[in-house]
Amino acid sequence: MKFDKAAGPNPTDAKKIIGQPHDRLDGPLKVAGRARYAYEFHDEAPNAAYGFILGAGIAKGRITALDVAAAEKAPGVLLVMTHENAPKQRFKPGESSPQLHNPEIYHYDQAIAFVVAETFEQARAAARLIRVDYSREVGSYDLDKARATATVPTHYNGDNSDTAVGDLDAALASAPVTLEVEYRTPSQSHAMMEPHATMALWEGDRLTVYTAHQMLHWAKRDIANTLGIPQSRVRVVSNYVGGGFGSKLVGYGDLTLSALAARQLGRPVKVALTRAQIFNHTSQRSATIQRIRLGAGRDGRLTAIAHEDWSGNLPPERAGNTGAPSENACFQTRLLYAGANRMTATRQARLDLAPGYAMRAPGEAVGLLALENAMDEMAEKLGLDPVEFRILNDIQHDPEVGPERPFSNRRLVECLRLGAERFGWNRRNPKPGQMRDGDWLIGYGVASAIRDNLVTASHARVRLLPGGRLRVESAMTDIGTGSYTIMGQTAAEMLGLPLSAVEVRLGDTNFPEAAGSGGSWGANSATSGVYAACMALRAKLAARAGVNAEGVSFADGHLVSDGRRVPLADLAQDQEIQAEAGIEFGDLTKTFAQASFGAHFCEVGVDRYTAEVRVRRMLTVASCGRILNPKTARSQCLGGMTMGIGAALMEELVVDKRLGFFVNHDLAEYHVPVHADIPDLDVIFLEGDEDANSSPLKARGVGELGICGVGAAVTNAIYNATGVRVRDYPVTLDKLLEGMPIPTI
Amino acid sequence: MRAFTYQRAESPQEAAAAVAARPDARFIAGGTNLLDLMKVDVERPGHLVDISRLGLDQINATPEGGLRIGAFFRNTDLASHPQVRRDYAVLSRALLAGASGQLRNMATTGGNLLQRSRCPYFYDTAMPCNKRAPGSGCAALEGFSRNLAILGVSNQCISQHPSDMAVAMRLLDAVVETVDADGTRRDIPIADFHRLPGETPHIETVLNHGELITAVRLPAPLGGHHSYRKVRDRASYAFASVSVAMVRGDGVQRIAFGGIGTKPWRVEAAEALSSPDAIADQVLADARPTDENRFKLALVRRTLTAALADHPAGEGTR
Repeated sequence: MKFDKAAGPNPTDAKKIIGQPHDRLDGPLKVAGRARYAYEFHDEAPNAAYGFILGAGIAKGRITALDVAAAEKAPGVLLVMTHENAPKQRFKPGESSPQLHNPEIYHYDQAIAFVVAETFEQARAAARLIRVDYSREVGSYDLDKARATATVPTHYNGDNSDTAVGDLDAALASAPVTLEVEYRTPSQSHAMMEPHATMALWEGDRLTVYTAHQMLHWAKRDIANTLGIPQSRVRVVSNYVGGGFGSKLVGYGDLTLSALAARQLGRPVKVALTRAQIFNHTSQRSATIQRIRLGAGRDGRLTAIAHEDWSGNLPPERAGNTGAPSENACFQTRLLYAGANRMTATRQARLDLAPGYAMRAPGEAVGLLALENAMDEMAEKLGLDPVEFRILNDIQHDPEVGPERPFSNRRLVECLRLGAERFGWNRRNPKPGQMRDGDWLIGYGVASAIRDNLVTASHARVRLLPGGRLRVESAMTDIGTGSYTIMGQTAAEMLGLPLSAVEVRLGDTNFPEAAGSGGSWGANSATSGVYAACMALRAKLAARAGVNAEGVSFADGHLVSDGRRVPLADLAQDQEIQAEAGIEFGDLTKTFAQASFGAHFCEVGVDRYTAEVRVRRMLTVASCGRILNPKTARSQCLGGMTMGIGAALMEELVVDKRLGFFVNHDLAEYHVPVHADIPDLDVIFLEGDEDANSSPLKARGVGELGICGVGAAVTNAIYNATGVRVRDYPVTLDKLLEGMPIPTI
Repeated sequence: MRAFTYQRAESPQEAAAAVAARPDARFIAGGTNLLDLMKVDVERPGHLVDISRLGLDQINATPEGGLRIGAFFRNTDLASHPQVRRDYAVLSRALLAGASGQLRNMATTGGNLLQRSRCPYFYDTAMPCNKRAPGSGCAALEGFSRNLAILGVSNQCISQHPSDMAVAMRLLDAVVETVDADGTRRDIPIADFHRLPGETPHIETVLNHGELITAVRLPAPLGGHHSYRKVRDRASYAFASVSVAMVRGDGVQRIAFGGIGTKPWRVEAAEALSSPDAIADQVLADARPTDENRFKLALVRRTLTAALADHPAGEGTR
């Protein structure tokens, strides 16, 4: 099914099941421990051997000598693989992940040996008996230093790296109020719950990998490319994935090495990364330096907007299958506010750290930390309320293109207005440092949120089984987001069945290729795939019933046509009826600017003695098109808000700029928020939100909107509480102390 | 984790003898720190002697009016013990400020005193660390040192002592009781228990190899108002940037610090002073911060001010 014009009325509009807050279908399995993750396919491979990856202890250079004799003789060891004996692999940047294919060290904790043994403990102990000599090279680890040599990125996460409209310099020169500021955001780690893990199993020349992955057809392509075998001989299974946030869009050492070793040993091999390995062996969100210049008239209307972004990465040939994209922090600035004269520029420097890659809302998440902070600074300069300043600069079309490219559905102003009302924004004192609660300095902050709406092809098979139950099959993944549930809801709605009559099977490339989970495209695209398959099934059922497909409807387990009601169970009495179809998207995302919007309101307390910051409450009002399931969508927003609080206050991969690695590589030292950091969070989705230009489901992306802008709402609140503006994320207490007077006692 | 042998001792002295007999032997109690370090290959014992069944899990009143806490008494039980909460509230509060509920359920009184460094370079066997690999150098001195010590540091090591409990024990003048392989018992005042890193940062306490902590003894209650103020980078489950343990009132003023010293830090001479600045000046006189942790100087002053403001002298309730 091609989606190339706005959706008209369709069966999903009934919203009897779609749009309802159903519990997760997979919830009972998960709380009972029966949802199997990649490392847990014990029945499929009771004889699996265990692998352990030894990582490089230097950041850049080459291996000059390896002594594996002790490891090979260690108890239980079946195989020690290094670059000296690893099977030949193929490398296609961005589409393959060879390991141990040469003696070069590209980054710290890159795989340099793989040990397989009868038990995990034996493999790990033996790996530590391997002696390695290196010749070290000087690497680039400091973005501030590398910035001067940054160039136009080769792998740009968007359509181009530089944009310009109007005459920026003239507009800045003539604007009565201007702002020029620079912000820094650090590298961050995805820190999802389930570590990367794979079990590889060969049957003849056919490979099955049980792996933790967000995009199964990418995994299939990458492993086939790496091994040099046809994709048709690879099956990828990821029934349940314990979070990803972009980290599992590509595969790492576990995927390739388990497959290589299992083939060599003729025995299934499983490997999970340790928590500490994840930080330097896999990928990370790149650090950025961002320069923002704004110009406005005294009326508060922006006349000039410039956003420049510097980040770093490995060269593509050293970045495995990530392709070494740039962190595209300018993207949202092209769309968010009006302003006739504007430019963005993205530059990428070389850094010899773990590959920089997508992490939840790549680009926007850090871009908005800068832009929405700058908007707060500019509002203060103009003497305007920050909410009113944003409303004043709302625009209903793509500001780079003009009215010929309108937004399909943009209700940012409503988000801001409703949020301000519900939050009690009018209680905010615009002068910093005026609100107190005991020893807490209180501040309110606001930020806008925008996240580009992405859609991608997705397919599904629906099977009406004898007995009348419906089964949905798709290679879609559920990374904790609720895919099982919303796809089940879609099928139930389309066929007029209760949700309890629908089974959903996901995460297997034996099923039709699907959107996968990334870029917030999953929910909208995958349910549209189910919609297409259900439309095909409805036609088949009408034919089976001998009625015209045009006037047919489905309700209460029946096909209804001209007053005739046929139980679906009767139609599939003898044999199941199935249909497979998919959705393909045309160029409506080009015709219309499409994005999800929101507004975050945050109250913080800052201890007047110690500068400890605590978020006291937060409200997000979001406009994401039709909400397919308010419960799972709300959870996505709460997770994003939590992650945004982390970005504002604590998350930072600290680079040792001499030794070239992320030093704080465990969850004791890489801080993410704990329960005690997260207070009362609330989410409101705008009523009646539908986006007919987005998909047949009229939905948009939700999963990443929640993080976009949150951190700036927090830091703007900190400024309101203390009068201290920190432009270097995260805002840890040491950055506030100097600007805060010591209370006397 | 390397392969190791395991033994359950029948008595404290037998446990001590079992460890003394092998240079690569270690006691294991709650295991919350040792097992983690074994998994990352920092600790590599060849033999573990389990002290969990030696009757060291008791807590009793002493004739002097204090408490004798068995070395295996769990942190959770200690924090919630009625007499500790009544008479040694600073200890209860310090315990509850540390780790997580799950860890406190396993961690023991003796083991908590023996917590090892949380310096990230100590944890990474690819990196130089004089504490882990004597003579290899200190990567932290000019590296990531934001949360490391500013007092008691040497050119060999600037690792901060991570324990909250030990700060309260230091404040309370606890005494560490031990037994060794030939049954000799000794009492070690907590002030003397931890060593400064000096030239030998890998030697962290005055215990001899095979000397087993059997109990920690608290003197009679001090009275006064007890507080433990811990400042850190998130609301829970993080090591202290600065912590201030304080008992004040009933004619007493005692202050000890966590997060800033290579051992639990207390400067008795400063306790006679009254203004936060005067106390901080004296406590910090010999501080040697790095560029990254210089903020702790101000943070000590501020946290101390906050703690003093919370209960002004003369307010004798506890």
